[in-house]
Amino acid sequence: MTRKLLTGNGAAAWAARLAQIDYVPAFPITPQTEIIETLSHWIDNGDMPGKLVTLESEHSMITAAGAAASTGVRTFTATSSQGLLYGMEMIYTVAGWRAPFVLINVSRALASPVTLEPDHNDVLAARDSGFLQIHCATCQEVLDATLIAYRLGEDERVRLPVIVNEDGFYLSFTREPVTLPNSDEVKDFLGEFDAQNMHFSASSPASQAVAVLGGSPYSYFRYECHLAAEKALVVYDEIRDEFEQRFGRKYDAVESYHTDDADYVFFMMGCFATKAKAAVDGLRAAGWKIGLLRPRLLRPYPAQAIRQLLTGKKGVAVIDQNLSMGKGGILHSELTSVLYGDKNAPSILISFIGGLGGRDISQEEFFEMAKQLKQATVEGITPAPRLLYTADELRQIHKLQAIAHVEREAYE
Amino acid sequence: MKTASRILGSAFFNEGYEVQDAPRYGAERRGAPIFAFVRADNKAIDERGVITHPDLVIVADDSLVTVPAAGVMQGLDEHAVLLINSHVSAETWQQRLNTKAQVLVLPIKDAMQNRAELPYVSAACVGAAARLLGMISQNALVRAIDEELSHLAADKINTNRTRAIEAFELMTTHENCIQQRPSVSALDYQQPEWVELPFEDARISAPTIHASLTSVEVKTGLWRTMRPVIEYDRCNHCWWICSSTCPHNVISVEDNSPVIDYDHCVGCLVCVAQCPPHAIKAISEAEAKQSAVEQAGETT
Repeated sequence: MTRKLLTGNGAAAWAARLAQIDYVPAFPITPQTEIIETLSHWIDNGDMPGKLVTLESEHSMITAAGAAASTGVRTFTATSSQGLLYGMEMIYTVAGWRAPFVLINVSRALASPVTLEPDHNDVLAARDSGFLQIHCATCQEVLDATLIAYRLGEDERVRLPVIVNEDGFYLSFTREPVTLPNSDEVKDFLGEFDAQNMHFSASSPASQAVAVLGGSPYSYFRYECHLAAEKALVVYDEIRDEFEQRFGRKYDAVESYHTDDADYVFFMMGCFATKAKAAVDGLRAAGWKIGLLRPRLLRPYPAQAIRQLLTGKKGVAVIDQNLSMGKGGILHSELTSVLYGDKNAPSILISFIGGLGGRDISQEEFFEMAKQLKQATVEGITPAPRLLYTADELRQIHKLQAIAHVEREAYE
Repeated sequence: MKTASRILGSAFFNEGYEVQDAPRYGAERRGAPIFAFVRADNKAIDERGVITHPDLVIVADDSLVTVPAAGVMQGLDEHAVLLINSHVSAETWQQRLNTKAQVLVLPIKDAMQNRAELPYVSAACVGAAARLLGMISQNALVRAIDEELSHLAADKINTNRTRAIEAFELMTTHENCIQQRPSVSALDYQQPEWVELPFEDARISAPTIHASLTSVEVKTGLWRTMRPVIEYDRCNHCWWICSSTCPHNVISVEDNSPVIDYDHCVGCLVCVAQCPPHAIKAISEAEAKQSAVEQAGETT
């Protein structure tokens, strides 16, 4: 066991190395590239076994990952943003093959306009695909969640591919102290990939992606996928306990920070949640009873745990680092859907949209969200959803538009 | 600067601190400002991303002070220390910027004349920072340089060590001048000035750039580190060659002579390579500015 400074991307690469993966189909994209660069360097150097192949697109890369996993080898791949979308047809397709592998998504906001910095619209586009999703908040978690993801996806009760999500820049390029477990410890924890009936031999061909006509067989296969994803909640908790026992770090499906005695709760996903932790500390120092809930698992959605943790709370500020055009924050919708009809649920859920395209969320803004949350619970009125956006930011945009407007007038 | 942040991060880590270090990559082009940041604490660090209230700001290139995208002045208050790598004195910078921050100068070696010195600016900045912080020993600093630069040749590592130690010693009188600022108080904080985003129709709110005027307004000449200069006594006025091979279309022709638009020339030096009579030379921007100052002096 060693403790060293690693980026989120470095931690992801180390997880693949420690998991003794056999095959990496790869295609580079910012901010994911460092992961496959690191792995290709190691494989080339003989530091780790395995085979890395650069494919001609993410569409082919995800197909290759699913196909390789279907032959019973442990497979790792990684992408980001536009790449994930480019491969989206195969994301849905390979999940139905019931062949487990791990895909790291380094979150980066989607075009248009093009940007490099993170929000969660990319990974949320894969929300309904059948891939399980684990969301990370620290570089240590990227490493640990990837190991957990192999156990989870490969479990015979689950057998689904898993996306492990790390935020671009804020994790991918940020170094933090990371404890690297020994290779033997990881080997004991993960064991060999038991591929069960998935295998490949030239003499006995198998087709794992059949076509069905009529809705009935289709419904069966799709719903079995859903049941397997739901089963993954139970399996996850078992793996969480074993992981804690072996490595001393505990990763609940929903992270709760100071929620036991809290009246108010921040609810959000991804690494900006550590900024919320700092704000919770600041608010508690000023006498607030406030905490943070962060779903690590988005699929399967830990609905029961969330309901329990929010029982009796006065209000929740849901901070969505994503946006569903014409609806609003996706986490907000997900949360309201599991609280509806529960008489002990908090009556106020305020929706904030923040951190789009990596836009910072300051400590002052967390304090202000808490203040508005408290006020809303006192008045009993839920305010309209709010984009975290300041007058100064609007001035900057208008400054840029000033040039464009002169030109447009010339064209119109 | 990414390397500088990693050396400083590792030095803190070697001294037993919790650390976070990260670069922030900007535009993928020559001369684009890049910054990197380091946090260190005795306990696990929950804050992340850009530092809005810095204790120490280090500017490796003083021409960045005027570049808005570099954001050098952001968050500078009476608590902060600003260290600039510059020829100009600290007093002058203090006066120019009218800042409440304490300004210190890391005097430029002969980097301007000797471009081979440029890669060592990072090590010098880290050496200075280590001494100003007063939390990093010279041993921890050198160990961090060895760790982070282990892929370089031994003589390069040695020069980095030497530059770092020189700067470390240069800052002796200011040792320990940086104090960790308290975190923002939830009782007394500056309220964010949130606005309702107004609806604007697609003619305004679609992210469209009509090229012509924007291209004029954006002074891409600021990106340049090397400047092509036409020596007209050698120019044989085959103007079509340089003006049509310029990838940025900034060489125009006046009276059968090529003229470079320095507001928009990015210094790619394709023209220097293409010119048949070798009449275009390349000089460093710093040198060009210096000679402009001297010329102005002569004319007044």
